[in-house]
Amino acid sequence: MAEHLLEVRNLSVEFHTAAGVVQAVRDISYYLDRGETLAILGESGSGKSVSSAAIMNLIDMPPGRISSGQILLDGEDLLTMPAHARREANGRRIAMIFQDPLSHLNPVYTVGWQIREAMTTHGMQAGPARSEAVRLLTRVGIPDPEGAMGKYPHEFSGGQRQRVMIAMALALRPDLLIADEPTTALDVTVQAEVLALLKELQRETGMGVLIITHDLGVVAEIADRVVVMEKGELVETGTVRDVYKNPTHPYTKKLIGAAPGKGEMHIAQLTGELLLSVRDVRKRYGSFDALKGVSFDLRAGETMAIVGESGSGKSTLARVLLRLDEPDAGTAHWKGRDLFTLSPSELYKLRRDLQMVFQDPTQSLNPRMTVFQLVSEAWAIHPDILPKRQWRERVAELLVQVGLSAEHMSRYPHQFSGGQRQRIAIARALALEPQLIVCDEAVSALDVSVQAQVIALLDKLRRDMGISFIFIAHDLPVVRDFADYVMVMQKGEVVELGTVRDVFEAPREAYTRALLAASLDPDPDVQAEHRAARLKRA
Amino acid sequence: MSVSSSDTMIAREPSFLVRMMRMLWADKFALCAAIFLLVIVVLAVVGPSWLGELATKQNLRGRNLAPFEWSREWVWWMGADALGRPLLARIIVATQNTIMVAAGAVILSSVVGTLLGLVAGFSSPRVGQIIMRLADVIMSFPSLLIAVIVLYLLGSSILNLVAVLSITRIPVYLRTTRAEVLEIRERMFVQAARVMGASQNRILFRHILPVVFPTLTTLATLDFAYVMLAESALSFLGIGIQPPAITWGLMISQGRQYLTNAWWLSFWPGLAIIMTTLSLNLLSNWLRIALDPVQRWRLEMKGRKDG
Repeated sequence: MAEHLLEVRNLSVEFHTAAGVVQAVRDISYYLDRGETLAILGESGSGKSVSSAAIMNLIDMPPGRISSGQILLDGEDLLTMPAHARREANGRRIAMIFQDPLSHLNPVYTVGWQIREAMTTHGMQAGPARSEAVRLLTRVGIPDPEGAMGKYPHEFSGGQRQRVMIAMALALRPDLLIADEPTTALDVTVQAEVLALLKELQRETGMGVLIITHDLGVVAEIADRVVVMEKGELVETGTVRDVYKNPTHPYTKKLIGAAPGKGEMHIAQLTGELLLSVRDVRKRYGSFDALKGVSFDLRAGETMAIVGESGSGKSTLARVLLRLDEPDAGTAHWKGRDLFTLSPSELYKLRRDLQMVFQDPTQSLNPRMTVFQLVSEAWAIHPDILPKRQWRERVAELLVQVGLSAEHMSRYPHQFSGGQRQRIAIARALALEPQLIVCDEAVSALDVSVQAQVIALLDKLRRDMGISFIFIAHDLPVVRDFADYVMVMQKGEVVELGTVRDVFEAPREAYTRALLAASLDPDPDVQAEHRAARLKRA
Repeated sequence: MSVSSSDTMIAREPSFLVRMMRMLWADKFALCAAIFLLVIVVLAVVGPSWLGELATKQNLRGRNLAPFEWSREWVWWMGADALGRPLLARIIVATQNTIMVAAGAVILSSVVGTLLGLVAGFSSPRVGQIIMRLADVIMSFPSLLIAVIVLYLLGSSILNLVAVLSITRIPVYLRTTRAEVLEIRERMFVQAARVMGASQNRILFRHILPVVFPTLTTLATLDFAYVMLAESALSFLGIGIQPPAITWGLMISQGRQYLTNAWWLSFWPGLAIIMTTLSLNLLSNWLRIALDPVQRWRLEMKGRKDG
């Protein structure tokens, strides 16, 4: 048997917490060869990042403890190595890139200094280090690499920062590159570019790449083999194609089934009464035009999806419509009355009809309030909806409606999982019996399988109660099964507005097509076609 | 403050008070601190009427009497001061004035400072600016100097002393509160409350204040010691508490000239100040955890294990 570049054998890691011992990973084994890409796929809490942290010696001990197993790099066990040899291996032989490059680049040093430092600490002279750094920045596609050497991390965009991180990681020509959710914080079009860059660099250097992700699309795009993890255990392993086409473990099946963008598309009805009519809304922040004249209509019972990358103005639009920010110009007629000219007391009444669900339920629920308090606050603010003695009963009803149970009432938000928290936020929005709910990236922070459940819940509420939705997302597949209309935004402008079928099946604008092409399909074959099409275009 | 707590009770769970008592039981340090503070408060109430006469009676033959003479009556166990008055009795009698001045100043400055801080952080930038510049003015004066001037003009009484001490401490609370409010008001849950149509007052007192509160209690307990010592400094200058009235701070400064040959004159009142602040610190630390639903399990789990 030939020696693998990296082999993890029967690794178990546990954490000692006040609540007892938590087994983060249990008895997992996998290997990685040179020139190969292995993806570790799992949702939050699956322990997918723990094994790579063990490889890089990033686990704090205590409270962490590696209770069993070996990590072999070219046959040598990293775990029994002396500390200085381990440090030497880190960086020189194994490099790592992280999810959020901004928090992993030191803000007070220039990026040139930081790349050079990576090389000089491992014994390179200052002169060669500098020219090597310029070469690397050129290689990862940073424009004006000489000038970029003297810039600070905040002067780059998110995608460029990730490229800088990759340049830093490659500075010492490592044999193994670990990428922990490298593209999760990036826009879809940027994500595709960064993944393509990783693939290219791998072909050039022949390094092994271990990529940790929650996204089936990323796996399909870049990986050769995949390891699926659930709750600290390795449930399935194989080539990407095999695992996708013939999943054997129920969890893998569930994960693949939950991938968005496969169901029937809605056919817009155009029958409901006109609810909201937005015309030429503008908003500036200083000299930055966040919204440059946005117009659309929404009818009762319809769902409008607003899709755009960061900086497209989609969240600003939501905030303006809910009067969290004041617009500079434009009108938004809600059943014939202009939202933007309402007095505070009229606005207060209107709040009942217009509600919002935020991106991150961890932050949108007050951590010091119980579920009962959170949901019933709506009635404390609008006392005419419900007399106080019926509060408990109604909270219980709402909780059941969103798929929780009445006994959750006295708990606090931190005692729930992310998906459950978002359900609480939805129950809170429903408490006011609104006619329109604005969901600002309401499922973006959730795991794929949870995402599917929450979207199904929203769809059910629409059918049962006739609620309209404005659903904001940065990713097209998520809205495909749910929206009636799709509005694509870029740099504060509406690029394309049409029914979901039109936008997905016959996109008119180049930007929409680019977005569609950049979003990753979980099917490796489809993804291979996309890649081929992209190469042909380029 | 209009924080309604009637709807915090949830039927099937034990009542708020019972839960708090259980959590107090779980943290033995906080329990001791609470008991100690309870004793202090009782002494402050009954002290002067109980031992007032004994504490002021001079006995020049027992000047600077050494402590630990167990054969004497218990009030002499801590020794006697320069005029032969029993120290233990004097400390007990002084509790009332000390606690009144310190608690009064801390409560007044924290309430006023917090309210102003909430307003400065939440209202229009102009109002915020005015409040902050006023705070800057107060902070740029040496606090002792303000105190000297004000007390000289108004005459020294306990009420004036409380007022002066609290004015100099208001900016501390004001700045802390404002800084936190500026951060918290941008948090999602505050935005969510605005979307629901919650009024400004509701957002301030129901959503923002509870998050700022733990920081403020910690600050207030630390301030307690500071205020006691500041009061003794003023008393030392002769514009604070006037003898024959006594406070712990005044006792310390009276004992200062005998430090080399009769340490106990300053030591015992100093110990009283340290014990009180320490207890307050322990208790506020416990309170911070007990009031935070995310941290509360630490106490509730411990209680189960011990009991």
